Amino acid sequence: MKTVNTTDTSKRKFLGGAAAVAGIAIAPGVLLQTVNAKPDNEAVSNKVRWGMLIDTNKCGDGCTDCVTACNTENGLTGFERPETDSQWIRKLTLKDKQTGHVQTLPVMCQHCETAPCVDVCPTGASFKREDGIVLVDKHICIGCRYCMMACPYKARSFVHEDLQDQKDHAPRGKGTVESCTMCVHKVDNGENPACVTACNKEHKAMYFGDLNDANSEISKRLKQYGGKQIRADLGLNPGVRYQGV
Amino acid sequence: MKLIRFASIDGNSNGYWGLMALLAAFILAALGSSYYMEHHGHHVTGMTNQIVWGLPHVFAVFLIVAASGALNIASIASVFNKKAYKPLARLSAVLALALLAGGLMILVLDLGRPDRLIIAATIYNFKSIFAWNMILYSGFMGIVGVYIWTMMDETVGRFNRLAGISAFIWRIMLTTGTGSIFGFLVARQGYDAAIMAPMFIIMSFAFGLAIFNLVLFAAYNGTRRELGDAIVKRLRNLLGVFVAAIMYFVVVFHLTNLYATEHHGVEAFILRDGGIFTQLFWIGQVVIGGLIPLALLYAPQLQGCRKSMALASVLIVLGGLAQMYVIIIGGQAYPLQLFPGMEVSSSFFDGVVNSYTPTLAELMLGLGGVAVSLIVVTLALKALHLLPISLADAVADPHHKD
Repeated sequence: MKTVNTTDTSKRKFLGGAAAVAGIAIAPGVLLQTVNAKPDNEAVSNKVRWGMLIDTNKCGDGCTDCVTACNTENGLTGFERPETDSQWIRKLTLKDKQTGHVQTLPVMCQHCETAPCVDVCPTGASFKREDGIVLVDKHICIGCRYCMMACPYKARSFVHEDLQDQKDHAPRGKGTVESCTMCVHKVDNGENPACVTACNKEHKAMYFGDLNDANSEISKRLKQYGGKQIRADLGLNPGVRYQGV
Repeated sequence: MKLIRFASIDGNSNGYWGLMALLAAFILAALGSSYYMEHHGHHVTGMTNQIVWGLPHVFAVFLIVAASGALNIASIASVFNKKAYKPLARLSAVLALALLAGGLMILVLDLGRPDRLIIAATIYNFKSIFAWNMILYSGFMGIVGVYIWTMMDETVGRFNRLAGISAFIWRIMLTTGTGSIFGFLVARQGYDAAIMAPMFIIMSFAFGLAIFNLVLFAAYNGTRRELGDAIVKRLRNLLGVFVAAIMYFVVVFHLTNLYATEHHGVEAFILRDGGIFTQLFWIGQVVIGGLIPLALLYAPQLQGCRKSMALASVLIVLGGLAQMYVIIIGGQAYPLQLFPGMEVSSSFFDGVVNSYTPTLAELMLGLGGVAVSLIVVTLALKALHLLPISLADAVADPHHKD
């Protein structure tokens, strides 16, 4: 009996150790979200403000993994008509006119605190959730496109034709406006947006988290290294921040 | 000034029914165009994710702006007590309603989901200028409707001045709202300017009066009623002043932009490098819509020549459409500045001048709105006592001496 007991204990220690190592390894990706994920029966709260941080120094030149992941996740199949096909996230190439320095970075809905699209929408179809995610209510959008005129980031697309094979979690509609949802269906389940998950496989240039939580990785990084807003002059306090621009 | 007698037009001539048939054909074409656009989606139009508002909006905003301007003749009569304009007040107010109806029809039929109009009419986001405009448009219809009633029914005639003042204040608010659709767009280089609101008001004065003149001439010529020189001369001078005022506002707008380095890009685009937009600005807006009409209206040799005044009115309408095209399409064609000072490129047309080629469907929708405005006026002329039987100087001129 003694021998068996001793053996069991050592096995448990080993398994426990292995679990701990594995836990530490995946903690940055999972643990953070587990803490912040809200139960299904709880209303969205302004205690959290979801945000993203993009380190452009790590963003791969020519890499479009975030764009592909977004298209796959949200069912954004194009019609080979680039002028009218929807793009929720796109890669921008910047070249400094003075120095010739070139860099690339992804741009999507910046989920502004005071979003111009929300201000101008006549019916309130463009709205901001308490947790900072800016969305379009496809049921009351009349397709006037005033939000597209108002958005400083060219983040919105108008659905120009009939759609097939839509994803259940990302409903879209001809004649309405749409944009990045920050993968709200995943965020509410405690997961990262699809673009962030895809980027983390190789370049690890995108971080997602709660800007209101001083202990979240995104907040710590922003505090330590700083972060810039696109068109900060407009005073919109976007939820997406950039390093290295 | 003698007693003014109003009468409806007979509206039985071949010309009348021919005009009605023509206008109805344009309206049917517009409805067909709208169905085509809605059925297939907006990808069959020239509009894209870059140029989100196109030719229909050029026509729609032009008509809505002209609508409030068409009310001016009535306002001058009842608000500023100029008796000479009183006989024209009814036509002025009806034309205002007709132009607004035409413009709104275009806007609604271009929506991505026109079937959801009821939502726009019942759910308001009060921070949206569009939502304000919904209230301003429907309020305009109501107030001007009452205003017309006070003109045509003597039993409520004592409320005419009150209704006139209300309509005048409301129309100023309405055009302020229309101009602010663009003036409040902070992110786009071509907009974001408080001067848009007063500039749209002065544009409305000229566009509305130009259309009013053309309708007046057509109605009096078509019914062989007499239209004296006294009233025509007043309208001529008024139109000239309004056109000059537009040019003043355009100069101030561009000079202000030219002074600020951050706006040099968009100014160079509109004034020098913008291709079709530069041409429409200089040739369409400035020369055809401004300088030539001024010459036609003020040249001493042409005083008293109604054809020159009618031509000037036509040119002001064309120049006004060119101005709207430059403002609405040109303002979107110039790229958004996400990173000032950087060259930007992407798969989503960042950093490039956006192209736009309007399609026939969009043109027909726009023209259909014009046809709606004209058919409303044509019907109203037959149904209501809108026009004085005579506007000969002996009847219409308060200063006439026999």
